[in-house]
Amino acid sequence: MPHMITVDGNEAVALVAHKINEVIAIYPITPSSPMGEFSDLYSSKGERNIFGSVPEVYEMQSEGGASGTVHGALQSGALTTTFTASQGLLLMIPNMYKIAGELTPTVFHVAARSLAAQGLSIFGDHQDVMGVRQTGFALLCSNSVQEAHDFALISQAASLASRVPFLHFFDGFRTSHEVSKIEALEEAHLRAMIDMELVHAHRRRALTPDAPVLRGTAQNPDVYFQGRESVNRYYDALPKILEAQMDKFASLTGRAYKLFDYVGVEDATEVIVLMGSGAEAVHETVEYLTCKGEKVGMIKVRLALPFAIDAFIAALPRSVNNIAVLDRTKESGSIAEPLYHDVVTALFERQSALPFAMPRIIGGRYGLSSKEFTPAMIIAIFEELRQAEPKNHFTIGIDDDVTFTSLVYDEGFILHTEGQFEALFFGLGSDGTVGANKNSIKIIGAETPNYAQGYFVYDSKKSGSMTTSHLRFGPKPIRSSYLIQEADFIGVHQAVFLEKLDLLELAKEGGVFLLNSPYPREEVWARLPRVTQERIIEKKLRFYAIDAYKVARESQMGSRINTVMQTCFFAISGILPQDEAIAKIKKSIQKSYGGKGEAVVAMNFAAVDTTLENLYQVEVPLHVSSKEELAPVLKGDLTPFVRDVIGAITAFKGDSLKVSQIPDDGTWPTGTTQYEKRNIAQEVPLWDPDTCIQCNKCVMACPHSVIRSTIFDAALLEGAPEGFLSKKAKGKEYGENDLFNISVAIEDCTGCALCVEVCPAKNKSQTNLKAINMAPQLPLRETGIRDWDFFLSLPAMDRARLDHGDVKESQFLEPYFEFSGACPGCGETPYVKLASQLFGDRMVIANATGCSSIYGGNLPTTPWRKDAQGRGPAWSNSLFEDNAEFGLGFRLAIDSHAAQAKELLQQLAPRLGGVEIGLIVNAPQREESEINAQRQRVEVLKAALQTIEGEAAKNLLELADYLVKKSVWIMGGDGWAYDIGYGGLDHVLASGKNVNILVLDTQVYSNTGGQQSKATMTGAVAKFAAGGKAGMPKDLASMAINYENVYVAKVSMGANDKATLRAFIEAERYDGPSIIIAYSHCVAHGYDLRYGFDQQKRAVDSGLWPIFRYNPEKLAAGENPLTIDYKGPKIGVKDYMYRETRFKMVEKMNPQAAQAFLETAAHTAQNLHKRYTNLQQQFNKPEEAQS
Amino acid sequence: MNLGTDFLTLKLKNPIIAGASPLSSTLDGIKRLEDAGAAAVIAHSLFEEQINHEQRQIDHFIHITAESHAEAISYFQAENRFDNFSAERYLREIEEAKAALSIPLIGSLNGVSAGGWVQYAKAIEAAGADALELNITYIPTSMHLSGAEVEQMYVQTVASVREYLNIPLNIKMNAYFSSPAHMARRFVELGIAGVTIFDNPTRVDIDLELLTALRMPNITTSQSLSETLRWCAILYRQLPCTICAGTGVHTHEDLLKALMSGANTAALASVLLRHGAEHIGVILQGLEAWMEAHEYESVRQMIGSISLAHTDNPAAFERNSYMYALQHYRS
Repeated sequence: MPHMITVDGNEAVALVAHKINEVIAIYPITPSSPMGEFSDLYSSKGERNIFGSVPEVYEMQSEGGASGTVHGALQSGALTTTFTASQGLLLMIPNMYKIAGELTPTVFHVAARSLAAQGLSIFGDHQDVMGVRQTGFALLCSNSVQEAHDFALISQAASLASRVPFLHFFDGFRTSHEVSKIEALEEAHLRAMIDMELVHAHRRRALTPDAPVLRGTAQNPDVYFQGRESVNRYYDALPKILEAQMDKFASLTGRAYKLFDYVGVEDATEVIVLMGSGAEAVHETVEYLTCKGEKVGMIKVRLALPFAIDAFIAALPRSVNNIAVLDRTKESGSIAEPLYHDVVTALFERQSALPFAMPRIIGGRYGLSSKEFTPAMIIAIFEELRQAEPKNHFTIGIDDDVTFTSLVYDEGFILHTEGQFEALFFGLGSDGTVGANKNSIKIIGAETPNYAQGYFVYDSKKSGSMTTSHLRFGPKPIRSSYLIQEADFIGVHQAVFLEKLDLLELAKEGGVFLLNSPYPREEVWARLPRVTQERIIEKKLRFYAIDAYKVARESQMGSRINTVMQTCFFAISGILPQDEAIAKIKKSIQKSYGGKGEAVVAMNFAAVDTTLENLYQVEVPLHVSSKEELAPVLKGDLTPFVRDVIGAITAFKGDSLKVSQIPDDGTWPTGTTQYEKRNIAQEVPLWDPDTCIQCNKCVMACPHSVIRSTIFDAALLEGAPEGFLSKKAKGKEYGENDLFNISVAIEDCTGCALCVEVCPAKNKSQTNLKAINMAPQLPLRETGIRDWDFFLSLPAMDRARLDHGDVKESQFLEPYFEFSGACPGCGETPYVKLASQLFGDRMVIANATGCSSIYGGNLPTTPWRKDAQGRGPAWSNSLFEDNAEFGLGFRLAIDSHAAQAKELLQQLAPRLGGVEIGLIVNAPQREESEINAQRQRVEVLKAALQTIEGEAAKNLLELADYLVKKSVWIMGGDGWAYDIGYGGLDHVLASGKNVNILVLDTQVYSNTGGQQSKATMTGAVAKFAAGGKAGMPKDLASMAINYENVYVAKVSMGANDKATLRAFIEAERYDGPSIIIAYSHCVAHGYDLRYGFDQQKRAVDSGLWPIFRYNPEKLAAGENPLTIDYKGPKIGVKDYMYRETRFKMVEKMNPQAAQAFLETAAHTAQNLHKRYTNLQQQFNKPEEAQS
Repeated sequence: MNLGTDFLTLKLKNPIIAGASPLSSTLDGIKRLEDAGAAAVIAHSLFEEQINHEQRQIDHFIHITAESHAEAISYFQAENRFDNFSAERYLREIEEAKAALSIPLIGSLNGVSAGGWVQYAKAIEAAGADALELNITYIPTSMHLSGAEVEQMYVQTVASVREYLNIPLNIKMNAYFSSPAHMARRFVELGIAGVTIFDNPTRVDIDLELLTALRMPNITTSQSLSETLRWCAILYRQLPCTICAGTGVHTHEDLLKALMSGANTAALASVLLRHGAEHIGVILQGLEAWMEAHEYESVRQMIGSISLAHTDNPAAFERNSYMYALQHYRS
């Protein structure tokens, strides 16, 4: 009996790769990161490979770096691998040529992903893999989790035997993240497949001074060509070698694979050829069609390169008439995509010797960026093949109304698999729904003979996101590599989703509906919207409900309802007898939480026990009673594009959009988050004017720009809604009639409560209350919306009259960044928002890939916005690694435009009477008022230009706005600035050009799940630093100061908001490169982020985050350029560190290491203070320092 | 001169016990206390609330951000195994300290729930502690909870621990019972071997700048000795258990008074925090000098000599100070 495990594709691969390699060089990139993380975890637990050693897992600064390290380790004789995807794979190309050119056995495991083109996508297709076809790597494709597990081994064995490096790939997310029950390989299988003689041969080829050789020569026209051809025989031999390894594998495990596997009837006339997870859906559909007597078949391509022509032809049925070759990639401008090319070339090259008449071959594209690929689409392709003139180079799964490539398919067709149970669950990100479902699959996988599959879909926001879990169970292996189309069971874990979405659309007749409802039993039915009631009645659903949050609270589980809802699922789905199911859940709890402490196990057990008492079936009336319609997903004054396109995406209907509706060059409107009104906060801030001291700290801290303040004339109150709060404005610059108000966009608030924690004013009669307090959102919603709308109608304060350097006054500036999808309490966005307030109307932003590019630019809605004048930040994301260079490009272009404008201005001067040309060219633009004046001059200029004929005037009219100072910002996280983008960042710092770099330093790769970066603090647990980071963080600021002409600030808004504000202003004013490194608290630190600013202060007070500003302008003025904004270590490092799980968990795992980390950190804190005070003194006394 | 005395069922070489405090939170600290002359050491307290809190907290923060975004399915490896929670660490420390000491080592448990007490009490016994001290601190803030109900909670907790424990048990008494003597009797009837008079709850203060309430450690002085003396004197010989003076013993004079009022031992904490472990030697020297000067042969000889049963002025213990002052005024 084989040993069955329930794992996802990434784990399935890591389990094998870690066992058969000695060195693993990695770099995080979705969706491949978990392979590296699993490997790191195995090594940190001391798990050994089959050679007896613990593999060395090493995180590099980029995929380019990882591939270089792989190359080096391979050249030094170690069996070495790496894991990557997408742009990461592209960064490996140079080394892939080297590795292949030197005939080096290795396997790169790739979770295949889209490439960033008109937009970035983290989801699955084959664009990345097809982008490295030319490197000389063999391409081997797995179609399922089982195959990914198996091919991880087969590819290694074949690479060793052939000396050709392999790229083993499988579909990102669909396979990498699908949880599936598979047969596990035993260590004996690994040992049998890995021929030690070949391992020794690999080692013997190592570079070693004991047997020195030389590689990497520079070759000339005389021999290079021959050298390139010298490897042909290895590629010629490879298919047979791989076939032999597959046969050997089959004899060991019983699982047989061929280079090309044919599925279908022997006399099939229509055949589909493809590779990847889509092949499983085709396999399933072919079985369905052949049962109906259709003459169809399919070929699963395993070895995509080198393309084994004879094996391919041999795999085709002799009866074949029509072939459709499907590529999950896109090559604009190419005749077709690569697999089609290979198939066509193969058949034409052998046309004289074909055992059948030359079939008709068409090619098509499908499934880009994990686009669904379903049986209905597959049937449409077979039907197209039978047409007299089938469409070639078609697309399937989209509606191409521009170039009409798409095939039409029957969207209503659903392929039912007998005996297969399908369940859908809708949860809120981090409410435990996905975790519970993963657990359920593992229980069913382990405890029943059923096969199990789980696939999880997340929406694009980091806060308040909806997760959808797709679970399938059945007696036969599950090949449905697409989302559930009709469900036996639907669990809605958040009743609020039903307000906007028709979630029972996919329920099967007679199915089960489970709702987590906060309402009393007698109100549950009445609270449902009309469409939900209709679905329940029409589909004859059995309807169960529970107040899971109540049960969770009572079991001390807080807001995690995973155990409660999982128990409900087992109780009513009937998959296992109830008693047995409960016992299995408890066993699984013990296994999952046993290592986390008895208290955790006990509270989960309590939740299981009390769930059943609270679960009830709702009696379904015969008729619909609700008049409640679904709420619109977008609200406000919508443009047609926002309504039709962004609205559809927001309503999870983006798949229905036609090609013509999508911007062809990736250009999207800004400022669309304002329409979403997500209402995700249970509690929102409520202003208490009586207690308020008008400091505006809450406005500054708000990560989501939902708290705003203004000062307005009391006369405007006449139009105010009843109860609109205000108080007399404080400050000598304001008059008797000036009123102060703080308003909250409660529909956009995430409820993080950071504002409450930063509020310094306490209620004098009740000190547990402040000037801003959290209150339940629902009762406030109506008045809150009304007040907010009135607030927006108040005139914006004059930017030029506000003191931007004053914390309070700066917060009257309107933000150009609002309502982002960042995590509740995000530590990055307050800085981003601050920059937008100060410079937003003349700002252009280059944003490195990472959290800030996701909350800044992930569809459907985006937070960068325009003001009433139509001005606002222009924003773009190029890549992860090139952001500094990308931003420098902005600067060079803007400078070029401005220079040209100035030249044209001089040229046209005689014709521009009345225009202040001298001032336009020379006027200072440091202060807002100066910039304002320049804008007015330019407006006069533009008006004058309208009246002048000629090319020069036309040119100048186009360029005139560049005469107003533009502010170039280069933003990104520490992963970019310290690691992958550091080379470029350093070059840009050295450029002397006027760019402003903002490093949002969370000290981990936050966006990809918390992998360590060179900014990670000593002692912090991060991915790839499972036991706590041992090394010291890089002092990027100090390195930048060394240039002397770079403005450098290290800031912490929570510790010193005034210094932070000054740093932004000084950096922007400085006519040269500036860098601000901003401490950004993050969910990856593991504490309640309402205390984010408090922790920021502790970080500074402990000395671990020194704050200072180095301003070269002062140096030029003969002043000391270094201002230190903190007093040195005031509290122990433990007082800061042990309030965060990332540090504290080390103590729970390894107290000796934890103690050593504390000592190192304390030492670092002292050293940093010494370093910067010494530097300051050095600037004080330059003569002494020189002597 | 014989300084020997009794604590629970243990024979001690002198009456000074180093009470639970930060000084007894490390092996080095415990060794210093022994070297300074302590006859026994009560290890720092294991707080049940803290154990539960830290376990739930780490679990919470590992999972609360997980599974919310396709790129960041987790931020921490959920597979990490934690085995150094306060409880595990405490038990290891007890084991190590026991192996390193030649004097008795007493575990100290500060908890809230009956279930939790039993689990950790047994673990402390298994780790090698010679005895266990229970510090039950419950502040009944509810208007609906009667004194009798609160007392019953204490009794149930002690009973559940007693049932599963083989080492002797000491109860740190709460000074706010309506009838401390009655409660002491109920505890003794459950099989405990000693009481400490009294526990020393944290002090409350208010920060006038931050406008917030503060919880401060209660560092006592000799001024706090009074109630200790009164209740040692009252309980002496009324119950078959030892009495430890837990509050206010700062000098050899305080110690002498505690012993004479009826205490078998005194547990020192505040004075040692103030002056260091080595101060035990100073107090012992003072004790010996006083006994020598006053020709006492043994500590046991003086225990309870000025208790309620043996004093020439029982009113000092029985009457409150107002009455006492009034009588003197009248006379």
